[in-house]
Amino acid sequence: MRPAGRAQYQSLYFDYPSYDFVRPPQMDGASEGPPVAIVGAGPVGLVAALELARYAIPSVVLDEKHTVNDGSRAVCLARHSMEQLQQLGIADTFTSKALGWTHGSSYFRGQCVYRLEMPHSGHERFLPMYNLQQQYMEQYLADAARQHPLIDVRFASRVVDIVSDDESVGLTVATPAGSYPLHTTYCLAADGAHSTVRRRAGLPLKGDAYEGRYVIADIQLRSDFPTERRAFFDPPANPGATLLMHKQPDDIWRVDWQLRPGEDETAALEETALRRKIGAILAMVGEDGPWELEWWSIYRAFTLCLDDYRHGGIFFLGDAAHLVPIFGVRGLNSGLADAGNIAWKLAAVLNGSAPAQLLDSYTPERRGATMDVFANARKSTQFMTPPTVGYQLMRDAVLSLSLRYAFARPFLNPRQSAPYNYDQSALTSFLGRDKAFTAGPAAGAPLIDHRLADGSFLLDYLPNGFFVLAFCRDRSAIAEWKGLPGKISSALASAHPLTVLIVCAKSRAPNSDMVLNDADGGCHHRYGAGDGSCYLVRPDRHVAARWQSLNLAELRSAFQWALSIQGTLR
Amino acid sequence: MNFDELEVVYDLIAEAIDEAGSDNTPLLLSKLALLLAHEIGDLQTVKRAVEAAKQDLSG
Repeated sequence: MRPAGRAQYQSLYFDYPSYDFVRPPQMDGASEGPPVAIVGAGPVGLVAALELARYAIPSVVLDEKHTVNDGSRAVCLARHSMEQLQQLGIADTFTSKALGWTHGSSYFRGQCVYRLEMPHSGHERFLPMYNLQQQYMEQYLADAARQHPLIDVRFASRVVDIVSDDESVGLTVATPAGSYPLHTTYCLAADGAHSTVRRRAGLPLKGDAYEGRYVIADIQLRSDFPTERRAFFDPPANPGATLLMHKQPDDIWRVDWQLRPGEDETAALEETALRRKIGAILAMVGEDGPWELEWWSIYRAFTLCLDDYRHGGIFFLGDAAHLVPIFGVRGLNSGLADAGNIAWKLAAVLNGSAPAQLLDSYTPERRGATMDVFANARKSTQFMTPPTVGYQLMRDAVLSLSLRYAFARPFLNPRQSAPYNYDQSALTSFLGRDKAFTAGPAAGAPLIDHRLADGSFLLDYLPNGFFVLAFCRDRSAIAEWKGLPGKISSALASAHPLTVLIVCAKSRAPNSDMVLNDADGGCHHRYGAGDGSCYLVRPDRHVAARWQSLNLAELRSAFQWALSIQGTLR
Repeated sequence: MNFDELEVVYDLIAEAIDEAGSDNTPLLLSKLALLLAHEIGDLQTVKRAVEAAKQDLSG
């Protein structure tokens, strides 16, 4: 909702772009479309298109709007998501605008009873969390996608029907110039919580709805208060309920406050009452400067998801597949991980370098991540909005104890978004070899960053596609490592490319695309690696398998399993 | 803990409940339960105690 007198797209700080409808070739007789249609030009759909383009797969993105989103209002990008945007070559655009943060404070009876400190060692390029309005994210992504020769972003294009089997997908697209059919091999449904594709396919979301309701408001206020997560329990400005505050760029503040059970929703959303409430909240936190109201809405927490994220040739991503509570910033971040996961698999299948069975791993990996998110979200939601008398009482007991006793304070941890570990996936292998490591990312986990001797970072150098991250003590082993991909590929039935990234201790040479200088051995240490250790890394940065010392036959097998290639070595 | 000491506990909790008043009694007892669980430091012992407390709540 906007204040009285302001139009839907009339913002205090953001100029909504206007994207024109362009008549597509399919309206003038072209029958074939690109191999992938993506429904929804939100952050998840656009990242999926950019990920596919990274593997040279063209796509068309369809969205009924002619501008960026005015509904969903994600704010927080986790480090893991920034590392993904870096692989897409667009992280700098985001960091130049976003506000990074590492801390949070939870208050009870005027006292800070819990201090959230997210791990940040200085060995990561990116901070644990960044705040940026979803409109900016979408604009940056739309700019990048529209400039990319392999991506055709079609605005004012509404999908009204979709039919699919395992071989192909047929969409009907309605535009200002009439409707047209679009035939593709696969469809990625990233069309949000109210997904049209999901409804047309007749697939139900299943799970739980929570009682707690939140009013979400964005205001403009000049304040020097640092960027961090502030949570208030039972504060004077919202007695008996909770309150959250987040700073965003352009002097915008996100204020979320819980409605008490039985509190009238309509009355709370009425503009005069809303302004009075915000005024009381700002007075409570000591802000006495002028402020303007930007936008507000109401929110209820859900943990809902599809039984299967695949339906024939359609794959569901982001909110179209799963709805999660806002506490812990998992909605957008898990949606971006969905996009990173499906994109390399689709590309490998479309390129003919992996069998179609590879796509069967999307649901177990990403629905597994959703289940993990649900388990954490359930805990943080039950703490923020206790669902029963029992949970209310125990929550209040913890808050009361937290004023004096450290042992009770970890209950206040908001359990922020963390990347999921695919150790249970059929694509991950040699868990016995994994156990031999005492440090570094485990099999199934994403790579961790490391600051190299020249100040650049390990993740700056990641190749596109599968690669072996190899460790060696001195330069004498480099030539042999460089020959490794040839030895692997020649023995495989698959033409899937494999590259190598070598981390060399005792090297004095500057970093190149293939060999990194780890003069102080710090990266070896961080990865628990010795001379000859190696990691097989998937295109989405997750470790498929790792070895303390190279085992060529096992590496070949692990590469095959990671691509779902059955059968024997050639 | 011998019976004499248990009697002291009995009196202490009774007086704490009366001091807290009926509105605050559930909160007081919940806090007490968490504090004692933390002191005991053994999940199985606490689980057995919770199960035992649930028995025979009404005649």
